[in-house]
Amino acid sequence: MTEVPGIETAGWDNPLRDARDRRLPRIAGPSGLVIFGVTGDLSRKKLMPAVYDLANRGLLPPGFSLVGFARRDWEDQDFAQVVHDSVRAHARTEFREEVWQQLAEGMRFVPGDFDDDQAFKQLRSAVDELDVSRGTSGNYAFYLSVPPKFFPKVVRQLKKHGLADAPEGSWRRAVIEKPFGHDLASARELNAIVHDVFEPDQVFRIDHYLGKETVQNILALRFANQMYEPIWNRSYVDHIQITMAEDIGIGGRAGYYDGIGAARDVIQNHLLQLMALTAMEEPIAFDAESLLTEKLKVLKSVRLPENLGEHTVRAQYAAGWQGGAQVPGYLQEDGIDPESATDTYAALKLEVDNRRWAGIPFYLRTGKRLGRRVTEIAVVFKRAPHSPFDSTATEELGQNAIVIRVQPDEGMTVRFGSKVPGTSMEIRDVSMDFAYGESFTESSPEAYERLILDVLLGDANLFPRHQEVEESWKILDPIEKYWANHGRPAQYASGGWGPGEADEMLARDGRSWRRP
Amino acid sequence: MKIDLTDTTASKINKALVQGRRAIGTPAVGMVLTMVIVTDEENAYDSIKAAEEASHEHPARTLVVIKRHARTPRDRTNSRLDAEVRVGADAGTGETVVLRTYGEVSDHADSVVLPLLLPDAPVVVWWPADAPENPAKDPLGALAQRRITDLYAVDDPLQVLESRVRSYAPGDTDLAWTRLTPWRSMLAAALDQARVEVTSAAVEAEAENPAAELLARWLQARLDVTVDRVVTAGPLVTAVRLSTARGEIVIDRPEGPLATLSLPGQPARTLALKVRTTSELIAEELRRLDADEMYAIALRGEGGTPAHV
Repeated sequence: MTEVPGIETAGWDNPLRDARDRRLPRIAGPSGLVIFGVTGDLSRKKLMPAVYDLANRGLLPPGFSLVGFARRDWEDQDFAQVVHDSVRAHARTEFREEVWQQLAEGMRFVPGDFDDDQAFKQLRSAVDELDVSRGTSGNYAFYLSVPPKFFPKVVRQLKKHGLADAPEGSWRRAVIEKPFGHDLASARELNAIVHDVFEPDQVFRIDHYLGKETVQNILALRFANQMYEPIWNRSYVDHIQITMAEDIGIGGRAGYYDGIGAARDVIQNHLLQLMALTAMEEPIAFDAESLLTEKLKVLKSVRLPENLGEHTVRAQYAAGWQGGAQVPGYLQEDGIDPESATDTYAALKLEVDNRRWAGIPFYLRTGKRLGRRVTEIAVVFKRAPHSPFDSTATEELGQNAIVIRVQPDEGMTVRFGSKVPGTSMEIRDVSMDFAYGESFTESSPEAYERLILDVLLGDANLFPRHQEVEESWKILDPIEKYWANHGRPAQYASGGWGPGEADEMLARDGRSWRRP
Repeated sequence: MKIDLTDTTASKINKALVQGRRAIGTPAVGMVLTMVIVTDEENAYDSIKAAEEASHEHPARTLVVIKRHARTPRDRTNSRLDAEVRVGADAGTGETVVLRTYGEVSDHADSVVLPLLLPDAPVVVWWPADAPENPAKDPLGALAQRRITDLYAVDDPLQVLESRVRSYAPGDTDLAWTRLTPWRSMLAAALDQARVEVTSAAVEAEAENPAAELLARWLQARLDVTVDRVVTAGPLVTAVRLSTARGEIVIDRPEGPLATLSLPGQPARTLALKVRTTSELIAEELRRLDADEMYAIALRGEGGTPAHV
């Protein structure tokens, strides 16, 4: 922005803003979003609707601009039409013409390849033009919704054409999606490439799980309350199970999925992040730096089982029936090598070597084509050390548990024993549910909405940093290496809860999986 | 489901609520507050509808207190309480009890409401029209953390506004103020961009618009400048102008939901500034249940010390 002599702009406080005025929402400052790979699924189903929803909630700045970049022969209006259609189909809030008009004025499309210097020159001039015509003040986030093999190319082009250099007083940020590499070495390489162009704290790695209300609520639950934290340790907790199950197969993602597998696709990022949030110590403040410190401590103190053969399981779904439909097995899917050793199910036992958790196992499992779509964290407690009731009274009593339901049906379940009504003393497990949809905001924002807004605000609380990504690979790499050298994945029936080997893995420890 | 009770008491209503919940098979629901609506028969339908829509965001037990005027003198001496208990699909995501009071019990509605409040949960009272002179001193208002009035529903809004200034107690709030949130957030965002000191301001609105007056007072308090009130044909607030050394910042909404934002040295751009429905306003009101200090500052139109000093 041009300086006007005699007017102070540095360190300027807006008199219309006040900490006590909590009705005023956090609106992102003047800015624009550039999406690479704007024709992709993620962009159409999630990103564009999220941008519209943000605008509809009044959280985007006046003059917010959206630039699409893809290999299509489109004009700005064609792009606007695509965004319009995807907003109509997928937005969570109602469609309002006036909001649309506000957004549509700031839409631009740049056609071209990632190799095409001309296209990036055009992008550069589009961005400069928007600064003038829309007042975006040089603040841009570049969303790389493209396969990771294109990251280096796009990032280098951004650098080459000066798009990554923020003019004085403004910012340029990069937003990248998983996978963040496929092992430690490739993750480091990727980080090096991105950090060569963007400052590490200007790189936002999207883990959409962290944008979910329930996941953020783990921290509220643990650190804003008095009643959970005292029992959140090895004295009371027996073990922790973290599950992410999908009911679908690989669908059309054969090319991406084969050779990657469930552990790299899900455990490395989502499950280890959930584990870190569940196990970490209290951060000194709710800011990105403090959260990173605590999450890193947990990830660094993770210990792998000594016998990886006995305490890890991988498997592939076999043909069968899933929820009333007949489905093929993984090896029969289109585009999959019948000899493929890629895992579609993975289960691990991890321990955290610190005073709070020593000796308490964390069981992580994920799989495709399981019984139903569910993600949850179950903290299972030890049995009461002494029971005044005789054993017949408590025969049906299981272990107490706190279950954080991440999706769907976000909320929390507490399982505890209660007397069965009647004249005899009979104690049985009951569940007490807290449902989010019920108690707060049916219209709670979608994860991507929250994350895009945070990127524009520069709030990095909910984004894993490169150190976390690297630590996570350090945990997974030895397991992947062991799997590569020992045997083949087991097979499990589609529509069930995974292979018998996984049940045996827990049975060895005298435990069993929860049925989520 | 609906349960009708005639000539009843609070304890019978409580029993009906439990019975209703058992009957629909959800013995426990996560309701987060009790909403008391004090209204007349005329405004009851719309208010209940708005509250039920808002209950999707804030599941609540809604108690609707309707004072009935008996027709015959005999009825007038006869004190009676009728209730209609709605649970399940008939009541949004919470429970609704419509209480109709006749005769003397009308003056003691708080004795009916008190036993029906959810344990521990916050209480909000909303007068869609005919709010008491001093909301915090009203017997029902005194039960609540948060008291919602509406200056749009009074005959002489500016005069009532003055009496609200005098009777203000922490927890008071007004829908005329709620209606301003989109305006205020856009003005704040515009100033974020312009980053320049405002030297004078003007609010343009239809005559006697209480929201415009509150907006002017807020600007006056926060910017420490005189704010001109300009009367236009409306509807509602039509424009806000902030003069600065670089030129004028204007948000102009001549009609409909589309506004134009002009910043000095930048092209004009379109803004969506929709007039929101009552249920959206109530939902915003229920998001925070502590005292709205900024409303107090705007109401007084002075004493707004910047937070950063």
